[in-house]
Amino acid sequence: MSAPTAPTTPKVRGPARIHAAFAEAQAQGRAAFIPFMTAGYPTAAEFPAVADALLERADLLEVGIPYSDPLGDGPTIQRASEQALDGGTSTRRTLQLVADLRVRHDKPIVIMTYVNPIYAVGPREFMRLAQEAGVDGLILPDLPPDQDIEIAALAEEYGLAVTFLIAPTSTPARVRLVAEACTGFLYAVSVTGVTGTREGAALGEVPAMLALARQFAHVPIAVGFGVKDAATASQVAQQADGVVVGSAFINAVRDGQDVGALAAEIAEGCKKQ
Amino acid sequence: MTLKLSDLTLLLPDYPQPDPRGRFGRFGGRYVPETLIPALDELEEAYRNAKQDPSFLNELDRLLREFVGRPSPLYLAQRLTDYAGGAKIYLKREDFNYTGAHKINNCLAQGLLAVRMGKKRIVAETGAGQHGVASATAAALLGLDCVVYMGAEDIRRQELNVFRMKLLGAEVREVTSGTKTLKDATNEAIRDWVTNVRDTFYILGSVVGPHPYPAMVRDFQSIIGEETKVQLEALEGRQAPDAIVACVGGGSNAIGIFAPYAYLPADQRPRLIGTEAAGEGVHTGKHAASVAGGRVGVLHGSLMYLLNDDEGQIVPPHSISAGLDYPGIGPEHCFYSETGLAEYVPVTDAQALEALSLLTRLEGILPALESAHAIYYAVELARELGPDGIIVVNLSGRGDKDVSEVMRLLDLEKKLDSDKSVAQPQDQHVGDARKIEVNA
Repeated sequence: MSAPTAPTTPKVRGPARIHAAFAEAQAQGRAAFIPFMTAGYPTAAEFPAVADALLERADLLEVGIPYSDPLGDGPTIQRASEQALDGGTSTRRTLQLVADLRVRHDKPIVIMTYVNPIYAVGPREFMRLAQEAGVDGLILPDLPPDQDIEIAALAEEYGLAVTFLIAPTSTPARVRLVAEACTGFLYAVSVTGVTGTREGAALGEVPAMLALARQFAHVPIAVGFGVKDAATASQVAQQADGVVVGSAFINAVRDGQDVGALAAEIAEGCKKQ
Repeated sequence: MTLKLSDLTLLLPDYPQPDPRGRFGRFGGRYVPETLIPALDELEEAYRNAKQDPSFLNELDRLLREFVGRPSPLYLAQRLTDYAGGAKIYLKREDFNYTGAHKINNCLAQGLLAVRMGKKRIVAETGAGQHGVASATAAALLGLDCVVYMGAEDIRRQELNVFRMKLLGAEVREVTSGTKTLKDATNEAIRDWVTNVRDTFYILGSVVGPHPYPAMVRDFQSIIGEETKVQLEALEGRQAPDAIVACVGGGSNAIGIFAPYAYLPADQRPRLIGTEAAGEGVHTGKHAASVAGGRVGVLHGSLMYLLNDDEGQIVPPHSISAGLDYPGIGPEHCFYSETGLAEYVPVTDAQALEALSLLTRLEGILPALESAHAIYYAVELARELGPDGIIVVNLSGRGDKDVSEVMRLLDLEKKLDSDKSVAQPQDQHVGDARKIEVNA
């Protein structure tokens, strides 16, 4: 399928590139496959190879800025963040790592970050650096859109898409507010909880949440949290436009498993039946 | 107007509320995963109703009097006043409260709110264990399941409080992520709440976190300042002293005594002074002084002054007192600081330790290490204000919990001093506390 492509295709960036990736997956009868990796994990030197392996199969890649206090994340991503931070990958280094990937990849790359690193660097400076690095969008797990409307406006100014999250607890009014604020894709959290694989992942709340989200969303909808293998990916792929898988890949890296093989397997699971 | 203590707790005073987005000025807010937004809306609504419900207020009032032992005394520390040689120093004795500190005021109120909302399970974070013990106590009293998150490092330092919580029927969960202290215990409590939000109530222990916690915890702690007004009027014929001094970590005891005064017209408002934990000194980087040594950022759902580096990573705080060992300071304090309603000053570990010895020797009152930060500054300020002045210090908690830590630190200090005295016989560093020791 998609070997790492040299960036020779027309320069589509930001929201357009993200939407195109979802559209292409849909045209091929798949939900978009969106693997996540913490930047600088397991080390800054080894991260590019891991990212390459994921991008081989991915429709979009989600790269997390390591953060000292990731309160939306479970132990797997927390520990990966600590390790990456210990190895010297913080906010600016993450953007540098993405810039390095951009040299040889043309697929959409979105940054997942808590809001404090954006504030610390300075929102405008952060957006400028992200644009320069070739980032297409931002996923903001601790920023409900009504908390800071300037962030989305700034992102737009710099050609970056924004993705906010909804959860099974979200009321129709909140789903509407969040869905209307998203310019990249809408991220639906499958369970009440933090990231990470769990036994007997309860995806039972997904259909109702998606039905609600479809009423308001004018962008594709991806589902994440608790998707850990081809089977759970397949379950989600039948309902959503995209499938986000994070902790499973961190665990694979940690355990020295073949990340590319796992990505291939889960990408297969993303097919619509 | 004449206030009577007996009128006090029947009403939660109506202080200025944060704006509709939960902001005090630019500080505060709700920077949390979307999962929690409906729960925060639900909590805000429940609190608004409870505040106007006489049955809730009467029950809280009864518990504060009969269970906590309120009102807490306002005590003239005559010997400390004489020693300082300036303004009169009064102590608001929150150390008298059952469980040993101001924390219980808030825990009982939030516990009652949990019951009212039909939640059967509470979670709480704790640093030194005071808020954990108070939460576990409220849970036992109200028949709720209780899980307390506590950093592995703090569990080691506060063995007795861990056992107290277990005796009270709480489950203490060890937190091994990050710095293994209060900040990480708070992360973990929030993660638990995100996961179990439908049947769990989060009893947050300070005036931090997402809206409505900072305003709600302030209201529940404001009994401290409201009582002070009445008591001071009886003692001195005026409700406001010249200055109020309180220690600030997250800032709940300070806001409890500040808020009833902070919004008075400028000519009636006392100086409000929060003492931040300066650890080994703000310049050393080993401190917990968020106003003096931090920058604006987001932690635990709120925009505030925060110890964080220029890429947004939280810098681990340091303080001798676990209760002040927090990298941020509540949004209303940030607002007070920015608008000049209150001042925030740094007090070091060594100064706090000195003040602890001083108060214990002079008054027979062993303060918590946290409160000792306020005592230190009050002595300085008394000299500055002169004999006509009146200072109230919020003595937020008792020092029993700190005895073994203080013993260890004083031994260490003695050892250092004796090492130093070999090299420097004319050491100028001998603190006031030890001068007393010599004179006693």
